[in-house]
Amino acid sequence: MAKTVTLKISGAELTASEGTTILDLARDNGFFIPTLCHFKGLSAVGACRLCLVEIRGVPRLLAACATRVAEGMDISIDSSRLTKYRQMIVELLLAERNHVCAVCVANGHCELQSLAQRLGVTHTRYPYRYPRFKFDASHPRFNYDPNRCILCTRCLRACEEVEGARTWNVMGRGINSRLGCDLDQPWGRALSCTSCGKCVQVCPTGALSEKGCAVGERTVRQNVLPFLNMMRHSGR
Amino acid sequence: MTKLITIDPVTRIEGHSRITIRLDEHGEVDIARLHITQFRGFEKFVEGRPFQEMPSLTARTCGICPISHLLASAKACDEIMAVRIPESAAMLRRLINYAQIIQSHALSFFHLSSPDLLLGMDSDPALRHILGVAAKFPELAKDGIWLRKFGQQIIELTSGKRIHPSWIVPGGVNQALSPEARDAIVVQLSQALAIARKTLDWFKPVISRFQDEIDSFANFPSLFMALVSPDGTIEHYDGSIRIVDAQRRIVADQIAACDYADTIGEAVEADSYLKSPYFKLLGYPQGIYRVGPLARLNVCERLGTPLAESELGQFRALQPDGAVLSSFHYHCARLIEILHALERVGELLAAPEILGMPVRAIANPNKREGIGVSEAPRGTLIHHYRIDDNGLISWANLIIATGHNNLAMNRGITQVAKRFVKAAKISEGALNRVEAVIRCFDPCLSCSTHALGQMMLRIELVDPAGEMLDCCER
Repeated sequence: MAKTVTLKISGAELTASEGTTILDLARDNGFFIPTLCHFKGLSAVGACRLCLVEIRGVPRLLAACATRVAEGMDISIDSSRLTKYRQMIVELLLAERNHVCAVCVANGHCELQSLAQRLGVTHTRYPYRYPRFKFDASHPRFNYDPNRCILCTRCLRACEEVEGARTWNVMGRGINSRLGCDLDQPWGRALSCTSCGKCVQVCPTGALSEKGCAVGERTVRQNVLPFLNMMRHSGR
Repeated sequence: MTKLITIDPVTRIEGHSRITIRLDEHGEVDIARLHITQFRGFEKFVEGRPFQEMPSLTARTCGICPISHLLASAKACDEIMAVRIPESAAMLRRLINYAQIIQSHALSFFHLSSPDLLLGMDSDPALRHILGVAAKFPELAKDGIWLRKFGQQIIELTSGKRIHPSWIVPGGVNQALSPEARDAIVVQLSQALAIARKTLDWFKPVISRFQDEIDSFANFPSLFMALVSPDGTIEHYDGSIRIVDAQRRIVADQIAACDYADTIGEAVEADSYLKSPYFKLLGYPQGIYRVGPLARLNVCERLGTPLAESELGQFRALQPDGAVLSSFHYHCARLIEILHALERVGELLAAPEILGMPVRAIANPNKREGIGVSEAPRGTLIHHYRIDDNGLISWANLIIATGHNNLAMNRGITQVAKRFVKAAKISEGALNRVEAVIRCFDPCLSCSTHALGQMMLRIELVDPAGEMLDCCER
C-alpha cells in the first residue's frame, strides 16, 4: 500500500498518497492551478509551464503536473510572482501565432481564451509575430490550423498513448515548430491516421477542428478520454 | 495660376477619405476628386482560409453593416456547398437584412445627414452634428436614436449579438428564432412605424427648401442598378440584377448573380484605394451607374407593401419623366426604405414559418466557385469566392456598394464644387456641401477598400506655382 504524506497547499494541511502529483492533489481539493498541456488520462510533459508552483526551500519553480508530493512540502500556488509568470506565458502564446478569437472556430470554447480571461490578460506586451503557417484541410473530416496551435502536444500524446497510432509529432525548430503527420505528409495522406478524432477532442484551442464548423462552433467532448484510458488499463 | 483646395478628412461619413478640388487659372473649379486613403486588404488575406470562415472574416470589414457582408458571404458559401437553404433560414436571413437596413439608414439619415438638413448647410460646424440636432430638435433626435436602436435590437434578438454575430453560417443560420424574441420585436413595431411615418411627413414638405442642393448634388443622367424579384418588385436579399437608364428604361434585366462579371467591370484609378466599377456595355468611364436606396426605388416596379407603395408614387412624382436623378433624394429614398423594411419585418414575423426548423443545410463543398449577391443598405453587394480541392479560399473578389457609386460620387463632387466653390471666397458652407454630396451616398469606405495588389503609388513633385516638376509611378 502506498505511503501517505502530509503537506500544505496555500496553507491548508493535506494528506496524499506518495506518487500523487501536486496538480492532482490540488485539484482534488478544489484548488485552481492553470494548465494547458496537461490532460487527464494522458502522460504529463510539463510543457506549457503554466502550473508552476513555489515550494518553500526549493530555489526554483516546479511544474505541478510533473512534480510528486513529498512529506512536509509547503506549496504556494497563486503568489503575485506566479501570476506574473503565468500572464507572461499566456501573452507569449498569444503573440506567437495568429490567435484571432473573433474569427476562430473555437471562439467561446477555447481553453487559451478562457485562461487569458481568468488571468486578466487584457493585451500582450510583446509584438505579434503574425506567422504564415499553411492551413491543412486535406483530411476529409478534420482541419489542422497551425496558426492557432500552442504546441501543447496533447494531440500527439492522445494519438500515441490512447489510439496507438502515433500519427502526430512535432517538427521544425524553435519558433517555427509545428505538428507534422507521418513524415510531414498532408494529414489526408497520413497512412497511420485512423481518423479516430481523439486529437481533435483534446485540442485546447481552434488548431484542430471538425470540418464544417463556422466561427465559434467548435466544441469538444473532453471527458471521453479518461474513460477510454480506463477501458484500456482494465484490458477490455 | 491653378490652386488646389483639400478637404481632409471628410467628416460625418463612415471611413477616411480626402477630397481635392483643382481650380483653373480663372479661379473656377476645374475638377474635384474623392481619394479613399485607407486600405484594408481583405481579398488577399482571406486566401488560404476555409470557406466556412468567410462570413465572419468578411463581416469584420465593417462594424456598421456586418450583416450585409455576412449575408452575401453566406450566400456565396451556400453556392459552394450547392445547397438550397431551408425556408425558415431564408426568412430569418431576410428579417435580419431588413433590421440592418433600418438601423443603417437611421444612422445615415438622423446621425450623419440630419444636421445639414435641420440646422442648415451654412450653420456653425461646431454645432452641426447629432448633439446639435438634439439640442434644437430633441424629439427628432430621440426618434432617430430609437429607430436605430430598434434595428440593432432585432439583430440582437435574432442572432444573439448586435455587431458581428456568427449566427449567419454557410447553409442557413445556426439557431432558430424563439417565440419570446419574436414577440419582443413585434411589440415595438408600431412605434417604429409611427416614427418612420412621422419623419417622412416632416421631411417631404421641406425638400423644396433645398432646390439648390437638389439641382447640384450629383444630379445627372446615369444608369441605376439593383436587385429585383422576377416580377420587378424590390428585392433586398435575393433576386437578380436589373439596370435601368435615366429614363427608367430597362437596359439589362434578370442577370443572375453568377453572371455579374459579364455585366460589371472594375477599373483601378491611381489616386484612390477604391476601385471604380462600370457597366461593361458602355465601357469605362461612360458606364457610370448608381446603387443604393435611390437606385433601388428607380429600378423596381413596385415595393409591394402598402405604406411604402403609396410613398413610392409620391417619390416618382419628383421626376415624372424618368428616374429620380438628384442624389439629394437618396435621403428621401432611405426614409421610404425604412418604412418598407418595417412593413416587411411585420409580415415576416406574422408568418408561423419564421419560428420553424430546420434552419441549416449541412454539406461539404460541392462546387469550386460561389457568388453571393444581396442588397446592403448602401447598394448591391457582391461576394465571389473560389476554393481549392480542400475547401480553402484560393481567390476572392468583393464588390461593395460604395465602390459601385465611386464614379458617380466623383462626378457629384465636381458638380457641387462648380456650383458652390468660387476661388475668391471659399465659404465653410460651400465646403460642407461638397462633403454633403458624399453623405447623400452614405458611403462606407472601410468596406469598400478591401483589394490588394492593384493600387498604383503615384508621387507628384509640385512647385509653389502648382507646376508639376516630376512624377513617378510604381
